[in-house]
Amino acid sequence: MSEHNHTEKDSGNGGASRRNFIGAVAAAGGLAAIAPGIHLVQVSQANTPPRPAGEAASKAVRWGMLIDTTKCASGCTDCVKACATENGITETVKDARQASQWIRKIDIKEVKTGRTHSLPMLCQHCAHPPCVDVCPTGASMKRADGIVLVDRHICIGCRYCMLACPYKARSFVHQPLTEQNPEVPRGQGCVESCTFCVHRVDKGQIPACVETCTKEGHNAMLFGDLNDPNSEISRRVAQVTTTQVRADLKLDLGVRYQGI
Amino acid sequence: MKIEQYTPAEERLFYILLALGGLLSAIGAGAAYYMEHSGHVVTGMTNQVFWGLPHVFGIFLIVAASGVLNVASIGSVFGKKAYKPRAPLSGLLAIIMLAAGLAIIMLDLGRADRVLIAATHVNLTSVFGWNMILYPVFFGLVGLYLWTLMDRRMHGYYKAAGFSAFVWRLVMTTGTGSIFGFVVARQAYQSAILAPMFIIMSFAWGLAVFLLVQRSMYAWNNMELNPALRQRLKNLLATFIAAVFYFVVVYHLTNIYYAKETAFEHFILVSGGVYPLLFWGGYVVLGTLLPLFLLFHPALWPKSGSVCAASVLTIIGGLCQLYVFIIGGQAFPLEMFPGMEVTSTFFDGVVGTYVPSLPEVLLSLGGLGLGFTLTVVGVRVLRFLPQDDVAMLKDAGYLQD
Repeated sequence: MSEHNHTEKDSGNGGASRRNFIGAVAAAGGLAAIAPGIHLVQVSQANTPPRPAGEAASKAVRWGMLIDTTKCASGCTDCVKACATENGITETVKDARQASQWIRKIDIKEVKTGRTHSLPMLCQHCAHPPCVDVCPTGASMKRADGIVLVDRHICIGCRYCMLACPYKARSFVHQPLTEQNPEVPRGQGCVESCTFCVHRVDKGQIPACVETCTKEGHNAMLFGDLNDPNSEISRRVAQVTTTQVRADLKLDLGVRYQGI
Repeated sequence: MKIEQYTPAEERLFYILLALGGLLSAIGAGAAYYMEHSGHVVTGMTNQVFWGLPHVFGIFLIVAASGVLNVASIGSVFGKKAYKPRAPLSGLLAIIMLAAGLAIIMLDLGRADRVLIAATHVNLTSVFGWNMILYPVFFGLVGLYLWTLMDRRMHGYYKAAGFSAFVWRLVMTTGTGSIFGFVVARQAYQSAILAPMFIIMSFAWGLAVFLLVQRSMYAWNNMELNPALRQRLKNLLATFIAAVFYFVVVYHLTNIYYAKETAFEHFILVSGGVYPLLFWGGYVVLGTLLPLFLLFHPALWPKSGSVCAASVLTIIGGLCQLYVFIIGGQAFPLEMFPGMEVTSTFFDGVVGTYVPSLPEVLLSLGGLGLGFTLTVVGVRVLRFLPQDDVAMLKDAGYLQD
C-alpha cells in the first residue's frame, strides 16, 4: 500500500522513477521471498506511509516505542547488536567508559522484594526534551514527528545536553571514526544518541532494534505512531499500564515501559 | 607626558614573566591542539564524567572575572572613594579573566573549530545560548567603562557605564549559576539558589585575585598598601568568604532535608572518596576556615603576607568547591529507578570515576598562563596601578589616623 503511493508520487520523474519503481518491486519481491516475517512486522508496526523526500515530517505523527519488560530477557542483547550494526557503531574504544551506547540493556532489582527486570534504555524521545532546551546552537532538535536528533553540522561538542539528559542516553564521540554507514553520519567531537533509526522510519521501516527483537521471537519491543488511535502501539498503551521513566519530570516520553 | 623609565632589573623581570606566561600559554595551546587532533580519548573525560578539569578552571575564571569587577563597582556604583583608584585595574582583570576562562572552555569543545557556529546559531532556550550574548556584552560594557575612566572627555559617563557593567555582571553570573540551576536531571543541580550562590562566590574569588594582583604590583613598585585600606579590604574578603560558606551550608542543608537527595549528600559529604576530601579539606578547612582565621586573628592579620595567603587559600578553596560541584555532581549516578539496584554495560548505578589527564591539566594551566600574560602586559602598558590619595581619603572620612 505504502509503496504504491510512493510510486504514484514519483511517476512524473521519467526514467529515474521507473528505475525506482522497478527497484522497489524487485526489493519487495525479494523481501517477500526471503523474509516474509520481516515484511509482515513492518506492515503491522509502521502503519504510516514513508515520508517522501522533500516533504517535512508531520506533527500529526508521534513516533513511539513500547517495551514489554516481561518479555525482555536478562543477558539478551539482540537489540543492542542490531543498533550497532545498523548505525555503524563498530569502533573499538580502549576505555569502555568512552564508548558510544545508543541503546543499552539495564538490569534492575527492587531492593525490598528482590524482583528483577531487564530492559533496553535508549533516548526516550521526550516531547519536552531537556537536551533540546539546553543546546546552545540548536543542534539538538525535535522533529515534528517527535524524533529527537542531533544535527551533526552544528553540534559544537559542548556536552551540555549530556548533563541535561535524565536518561544518560547521549554519548560523545571521543575519537576519529572510519567506515561509517552513509545513512547515519557520526563524527568525532559531536554528541549522538538513538535516532529511532530515522533513516529507516522515513522509508516506512521500523527501527533496527525493534525489527531484530521481533524477528528473534522476543516481541518485547513495539514501534508505531502514538497519535494514531488505530496503531497497535496506541491500542496497547490504551489497554495496559505503562510507565514513563522519571515520570516526575513530566517530559512526556515517546518510549513507554510495560511491566515495571 | 612623562614616560616611565624602568630599571634594567625591572625590564629583565618583565620579560622573564612574559616568557613564563607565554610558555604556559603555548603549552596550553599545544595541549588543545593535541586533544582536538586525537579526540577526547586522550583525556580523562568519559561518557559518564564528560566535564572535567578544564571546566573547573574555565568556570572558575569566568565567575571570578565577574567578581573582580566588584572592586570597581563599589567605587563607581556605591560611591566609595577608596575603591575608585582600583577601578581601572578591576575592569582590566575582569576582561582578561573572562577571556582566559572562555579560551579554556572553547578549546575543550569537541568541535572547537565550530566556535563561530555558537555565535551564529543561538538557541535562546539554552542558558549556554544566553551566555553567547552575556559574555560579549560584558566585554563591551567593561571596555566602555574603562574608556570612561581613562578618557577625560568621557569621564562624565563613568557612573552610567559603571552601573551598566555592574548590573550586567550580576546577570552574567546568574547565567553561569543557571547553567547548573536549570538542569533537572541531576541531583547536584536543579536549584534556584545556585544563581545567587555563584554571584557571592564571584565576589570572594574575584576579590582574592584582585588583592593578589594588587599586592604583586605594589611589590614591583616598592609600594605598601595603606594599612587602613588593607584592613577594609581584608574585612571585605572575609565577609565574602563567610557569605559563600552561608550559601554552601544552606544548599547542602536543603538537600539533606529532602529524602530523595540524602543519598547524594551522603556521597558528596561522607562516602564519595575524593569529593568529601576536597569538600572538607579543600573547601571548608583550606578555603574557608583557614583564611577566616588568618584574616581575623588579631596577631596574624596585621602581619605582612596574611591577606595574600588568605587570598591564595580562597582561590584554592574555590577550585576545590567547583571540582566537587561539577565533577562530583556528574560522578553520582543518575537515579532513573528509585528503590532499585541498577546495573548495565554503560555504568548505570555506578559512581563515575575521573582522573584528569596531562593534556587537560596543561590546557587548564595554559588558560591561567594566558590570563597571566595578558595581565603582565596590561599592567605594564596601561597605568592601572592603584594610587591612593591618602589625604583626600582621610578628609572624606574613609581612613583614620
